[in-house]
Formats: sequence, C-alpha cells, structure tokens
Amino acid sequence: MSLWFPRLASERVLRARPIDAPFALTQTQSNTQRIYCLNEQAEQQGLRKGMGFSDARALCPDLQTGLANPREDTRFIQTLARWTGRYCPWVGVDEDGLVLDVTGSTHLWGGEAGMLDDLHARLDRAGLTHKAGMADTRGAAWALARFGGGVAAEGEMLQHLGPLSVAALRISDEVCNALQRLGVRSIQDLVALPRVTVSRRFGPDLLLRLDQALGEHPEPVSPQADPVNFAVRMTLPEPIGLAGDVSAGLERLLERLCLTLTDQQMGARRLEFTARRVDQASSQIEVCLARPMRDPIRIAALFARGIEGLDAGYGIDQIRVEAVEVETLPLRQATHHGAQEGDSLADLITRIGNRIGLESITRCLPADSHIPEKSFTVSLAAYSQPAAQGAWPSTGPRPVYIFPPESIAGYAPEPPRRFHWRRMSFVTARAVGPERIAPEWWLDDPAWRSGLRDYWRIYTREGRRLWLFFTPQNPGWFVQGEFA
Amino acid sequence: MFENNQHLRIKRAHEVCGPAARSFALIACGAQKGAVIWISERKNPEQLFPAGVARFCDPARIIFANAKSSIDVLWSAEEALRSGAASIVVAEVEKPMSLTAGRRLQLAAEAGKTLGLFLIPEGMGSNAAETRWRCSPQFDAKDSTLLYWQLIKNKSGTLGGWVVRWDEQARRVIVVSKVGERAGSARAPD
Repeated sequence: MSLWFPRLASERVLRARPIDAPFALTQTQSNTQRIYCLNEQAEQQGLRKGMGFSDARALCPDLQTGLANPREDTRFIQTLARWTGRYCPWVGVDEDGLVLDVTGSTHLWGGEAGMLDDLHARLDRAGLTHKAGMADTRGAAWALARFGGGVAAEGEMLQHLGPLSVAALRISDEVCNALQRLGVRSIQDLVALPRVTVSRRFGPDLLLRLDQALGEHPEPVSPQADPVNFAVRMTLPEPIGLAGDVSAGLERLLERLCLTLTDQQMGARRLEFTARRVDQASSQIEVCLARPMRDPIRIAALFARGIEGLDAGYGIDQIRVEAVEVETLPLRQATHHGAQEGDSLADLITRIGNRIGLESITRCLPADSHIPEKSFTVSLAAYSQPAAQGAWPSTGPRPVYIFPPESIAGYAPEPPRRFHWRRMSFVTARAVGPERIAPEWWLDDPAWRSGLRDYWRIYTREGRRLWLFFTPQNPGWFVQGEFA
Repeated sequence: MFENNQHLRIKRAHEVCGPAARSFALIACGAQKGAVIWISERKNPEQLFPAGVARFCDPARIIFANAKSSIDVLWSAEEALRSGAASIVVAEVEKPMSLTAGRRLQLAAEAGKTLGLFLIPEGMGSNAAETRWRCSPQFDAKDSTLLYWQLIKNKSGTLGGWVVRWDEQARRVIVVSKVGERAGSARAPD
C-alpha cells in the first residue's frame, strides 16, 4: 500500500495554527522565493507549487504565508511512519509519503477495504490530505496513490494501471516528455510496444520501472530501523535501601548499557540515573563525563558519590540508567597497558566537574592575535585536546599573569618615576619599552576603545616587575600584569 | 634546586606566599612531568597568561579549574591530590586555612603521591603544611630576573633563603646568593 500526502508541509504548520484562508509555505530557491507547499483554498485561487512568491501575492492579495522547514517535515513524516506501525510492521518512507507492506495484516481490519476505511477516517480527523493506493506491487500502489487511487485486486493490475499516464511509472520528466511526444500516453500504450525497441530508445530503466509496477521484477519495502535507545532499567521485586545494593543494581544496568554502546560504537557523555521509590517519588543523579566512555566499572565509580547522597525514603523499587548524550567512540585495539593514558585524568575532570561544573574546567589554546588578551582562547578541557608543543607563538617578554587594566596616576608619555598601585608605592628603577600594540581595527573591542597602547616593562626598586601601558591617543597609564 | 626534591618533597602539601608565588609554582611545575591542575576561585580577576607561563613550563600541561567558592577550591584540591592523576596540584587559596583543612590536604597528597602547592595570602597558612615559602622578586641593576626565595617554615629541615635566577635556556633555577649573603647573615637581603 502506498500513502501520499500532497500537502504535508503546509498541513503540518496549519495543524499547530489553523487558518481559514489561503495559506502557503515559501522557500528560497536560487535567489527567488517560491511557493513550496500550499493549502486547498490557495490552490482554488489559481496558485501553483513552484510559482514565484510575488506572482502569488499579485494573484491572491490575502495570501498568508510561512517559511518552509524541510527538516521538520522529515521529522513529521517519521512520526507518521511510526504511527502507521499500527497497520503493519513493515513501513518505509517514500518521497512525500509512506509505503506499507500490508501483506498478511489486512485480515486484522476485516479486509483491505476495512483497513483503508480506518486509515482514511483517522487521517481525516488529523486534518491531513492524503491519497492511498493498494496493489500487489510497490510501484503499482505508488501509481494508484498519486494518479488514481483505489485498490487493485490481485491479478487485475493491468486493468487498473493501463489507463494511467506513463508518469505514474516513477520515471524522469525527460523520459516522460519523450514518451508523450511519441504518442505513448498511457501505460497500456507502453505495454503494447515491443520491449526491444523501448529499451533501445529509452534505456533499461523504463522497462525496469514497468516490470516493478506489474510485478515481474521484485521491489521490497525497506523498513525504518528502530532508533537505538541507550537506556536500561530494572524493576525490583522488593524495595532496596542500602547504598551497596543500589550500586550493585547500577553495575548490572551499566553492564547492559555498555554492551549496547559497544554494539553501536558509541560512548556516553552524560548519564542520568533515576531511582524510583515505592511512594512514586524519584530522585536523579546526573554525571557528565569528561570524555566519551563505555567502561561499566569506571562509570560506576563516578556514580559512587551520588549514590551515597541518595534519599531512599521507604525503599527504591525501580532503577534506570539512561545515556542522555552519546558520542561516537570507535572500537579500539586492546593493549597490554590496560587503562589508557589520560584515563585517570579524565575521571578526575569528571569528578571535579560534577561539583563545580564541567564548563569551569578549562585549558588554554593558542590563538592568532597580537592583542595580549586575545593571544589565547579558553576552551573546555573535556571537549578539547591540549595544544602541541611549540604551538605557542613567540612574542616579546610577557607577564606571568594579567588582570583587567588598573589605572594609575600620570599623563606624560614617559614612564612615571614613582607611582602608586594597589595602595603600594613604587619607584621606577628601570623601564624597558615601549612596545606598541595597535588595536584590531576590524573588531570593535570595548577594552581597546582608548586606542594604541605602548607597553613598558617597569622594574621597580621595591622588586616588583610590572607590565604597564600608556595610551597615547587618550593619555593615561595602566597596570596590566606582573612578570614574577 | 628542585632536582632531587630536596626542598619541595613530593607526596606533601606546601604553601607559598608573597608576590612571586605564581612564578615559584610554575617553576615547580616545570621541574615535574605530567599534568598540572591549577585551581583558583572564579571571582579572581588575575589569570595566568600562557605566553608568559611558557617561559617556565608548557602551558598545554595546565588544566584550570575555576571553583565557585573557597570551599570548592579546597574540595577540588583534595580530590585532585587524592586521585594522583596529575603530578602537581596548585590551588590559589584566598582565605585562612584551618589546621583540619591543611591536614586533610596533607593526607590526600600522601595518598595520591602528588605534590600540592597552595598559594596563600601572607600569614594565612595552616600548621599542617610541610614547608612554607615566601617568594618575592628582587631588583638588581645588572640582572632583571632575580627572585628571593625564603623558606620560612620547614617540618623536616632547616630554614633558609636563596637569591635565585631563572635560566630560560637551560630551564633550571640557578642559585646566585653568595655565602655571606645567606639568610640570617648581616648582609642578607630583606
């Protein structure tokens, strides 16, 4: 059986926001806004799919429009595919429609007509325009759904398909036009022609499509694979309350979960442990991992602290573990070292990160900028690799630590001979500089609004070695870092 | 100076104060191999500058943890010391450490066989620390990289003071103080 939804995209939008007026979805195709999908009222006003948006507005001034979202449409048709699982288990996704292999399941609905009635009734209630065609082969059902409709009984395929246009054979527009030009308009005209001539003129594809429609050549329906679900649960006959019991249960669950992860070559990045208590309340422990992982023993160790703080109430009777975020983690050759290098560091990052936040654990990576504050980027340690040795650009002497510039007194371009900073007074013994750094003119950085900076290394008689700068365009002295 | 862990024993927690505490910690990091965990409080505006850090130790080795509160700094430090995943853990502490906290960190360092360095404000250490250092830069007309390292508390040895220079090429500390200028002598720098 083949199902066709001619107005799927617009009806998906209209289901959420019903409008009783001409409505169309537009999409930008090669720099023009064109109509992507429209409802019945808009079609009655003379609009067509693929028409320019401005033409459509001229024809129908009260047209309401929205932007097309093909990704959402795909998701919607996947949802429909899941729903049609109620009719038969073998459902595949076609363009703008679905294809169902209902062999052996029609009797559950009292025959083909009964199944179609039920399907039509439910889809009508959902507000989806649709056409269904039922035939012995996938090709014939497709043709019937889009070009006629109805049920082709067994052995009567040619009678039903014969009068339909050759376009119903799922052939390209060029072949279709060429056939029309030769006067071969319907499928029965094509069947009447000798096969050798047809294949010599149009190639083998046309005959393959014809054979598939008439059942001479098999064409199976490939069903959608079930999405893998990275969650396992365990229901307990008796409620438990001891931390040791919960960890034992968790270990068993993690073993199963990690087997699934290994099968899919995935690693968990974020795990959620839910303990449901007998009074229906539930508590959760979440663990964010510093690197994708699927080792049950190591993961269980990371849950240990959370389990100790778990409130068991009157007892826990169901536990569940779900890998909320997963990442691909290819299989690796086991080495005799056992644990991988850096594993313990990743575990440490995970443990600290689960208290202070994984986003608070960072490392610095070199960045391509001559502005001191921008010469490095801070990235999350859990999601980055350390920079290679020697990746740091060599610059002039730079301070060990920096801070937001702190203003000190002085307006002269020469370094101050004595100054106060952080309630300490300093006498300049030696000043080395200036090193002029210009702001990046292509970026408007508020910190660099004061213009150029002349950086000086100031050696004070008190010992402190400070990094000062003077802003000649906007006279002022600032301290930004220290060298020791 | 750190070659044979004579003054800065690993498996112990040490305290450093003074304006040059960060460079002391970085030199200690450079003397060790392996990862460095550098824990500081999030509200601290001073942050290490990788281009300057590179003179002492490879910045790629350092993992920064920005804790929300001073309690979290100590908690993370204990966790990092105990795990032994990093070879050295540096924590910037801004509040006085209690004896209990110091002792816990000491035990964690022993359990994880890790070197712990706590950068403390002047006079805010705990009695549990193995050693306490006061580090300050020193001005010299000829040499611009002198540091004065003073050992002001030592559980298993004598106190002392050294004027040192960081040799960037050799990547090692060179002690420059002469015999007569040792700590405690009349001409010692203060």
